[in-house]
Amino acid sequence: MSIESQLPGPATAAEVSADQVPRRAAPRPPRLHPLAIRLMHWTNALAMIIMIRSGWGIYDDYVIVPGLHFSSTYRLGGWAAPSLLWHFAGMWLLALNGLAYLLYGIVTGRLRDRMLPIRFSEIVHTVRDTLHFKIQHEDLTVYNAVQKLLYIVVILAGIWQVFTGLFIWKPVQFSSAVALLGGFQAVRIEHFVGMVVIVGFLIVHVALSFLVPRTLWAMLTGGPRVHAVEKAS
Amino acid sequence: MRSPFRPSRPPNPAILDDHRALIRLIERRGFIRGGISLGMLAMLTGYDVTSEPGVENALRRVSSWNDRVQAALFDPKRLAPTYPESMILKPPKFNAYYDITEVKPVDVTSWKLELAGLIADKRPWTAQRLDTLPVTHMVIKHICVEGWDYIGGWSGPTLRSFLERVGADLTAKYVAFKTADDYPSSIDMATALHPQTLLATQYAGQPLADPFGFPVRLRMATKLGYKNPKWLTAIEVTNVYQGGYWESLGENWFGGM
Repeated sequence: MSIESQLPGPATAAEVSADQVPRRAAPRPPRLHPLAIRLMHWTNALAMIIMIRSGWGIYDDYVIVPGLHFSSTYRLGGWAAPSLLWHFAGMWLLALNGLAYLLYGIVTGRLRDRMLPIRFSEIVHTVRDTLHFKIQHEDLTVYNAVQKLLYIVVILAGIWQVFTGLFIWKPVQFSSAVALLGGFQAVRIEHFVGMVVIVGFLIVHVALSFLVPRTLWAMLTGGPRVHAVEKAS
Repeated sequence: MRSPFRPSRPPNPAILDDHRALIRLIERRGFIRGGISLGMLAMLTGYDVTSEPGVENALRRVSSWNDRVQAALFDPKRLAPTYPESMILKPPKFNAYYDITEVKPVDVTSWKLELAGLIADKRPWTAQRLDTLPVTHMVIKHICVEGWDYIGGWSGPTLRSFLERVGADLTAKYVAFKTADDYPSSIDMATALHPQTLLATQYAGQPLADPFGFPVRLRMATKLGYKNPKWLTAIEVTNVYQGGYWESLGENWFGGM
């Protein structure tokens, strides 16, 4: 047996001639997390950690919440200037990777397929089940309503951080947007709140991935193969 | 569960214990100076990934790239928001790399503003002569890279009118400054020619007080606070990058808003 025939991929010419059914020639169903998604996920994880930790370093020079400082153990950069260097380098990684993810999600329809529809009654149902420790996570390929909501919130929070960050960086060039959001200090606080939302998501996201390790494994190896879902009208 | 944020090589706690008294002292000093010293201490303990020369070089290269991005984002016609006179903070906030008690006032009788580089008329200027130029007034927000801000009212000739008067090459890349408090600085020509870039001689309608740069300082509405040197002693128009005090320590050079 040749090595090639062991690899997943389109059926070989020999197989097609032996089995004339046309569907054999079709590519095998894609994995739950295609390679592009996995690469963008882990790039985003790195970018988020850089942005959060360096952001804490910048924050510490002039705190928003009195008495709230971040330990130097968690900050990236020994003082504000290196933290700023990290933040303004990490922003390219975060923004470009995020843009690629959104474009990919929109063009392939993945975002719509995975995140929508989302119904309020489902959210209530899932929360109630979870509080009763009835956590259904047998099928990795379907997100429950709470998962959908969390992913939508964190994607919006990421977009929010890019824009509020841009406005704090360039408050004169984007003075109208800054005024609309309540002024420079207000945007600073709004950027901080965006971080709190993302960190809150991360705590839940990472904790759940350790509780259900198959999800973590799937984001590394791709997970189960999924058949195309028939589109609801 | 081990924190994913924890560095793989934790700091040696003994080093921090040895320096506990020093850290307390630094905290009391507050703000930037403390920040630097603590940064140096952090680097000495050897767990800050930024201190790896390769990492720092890469980060500084991105910072230089960001200078170019900022120059492209900078609209020379866009004016920074201005505020009513009633909002002017009196006196302005003092902030420097040294304490206000260490300010060394400039003797205006012997003070001169030297000129160098791509300038036709390099005769030094006195304070009286500077006062003969038409005065522009602006009430603008000062934003520090640390995150705080205040509203200040500044008056003086625009740097553009001064550069035109002395026959500077306005196509040069940079305008560089030397100061009495040893705080070299430099800016891009586009910002130097912006209508809200002043050689400020007054604050809130009064001559600048000593701790704020008497007799003349640079004041730009379109750059962060650290880009505005006080106590100017020399201006040079040049095509050679000159950096600045904080820039040499890692702050971004363009520092635009």
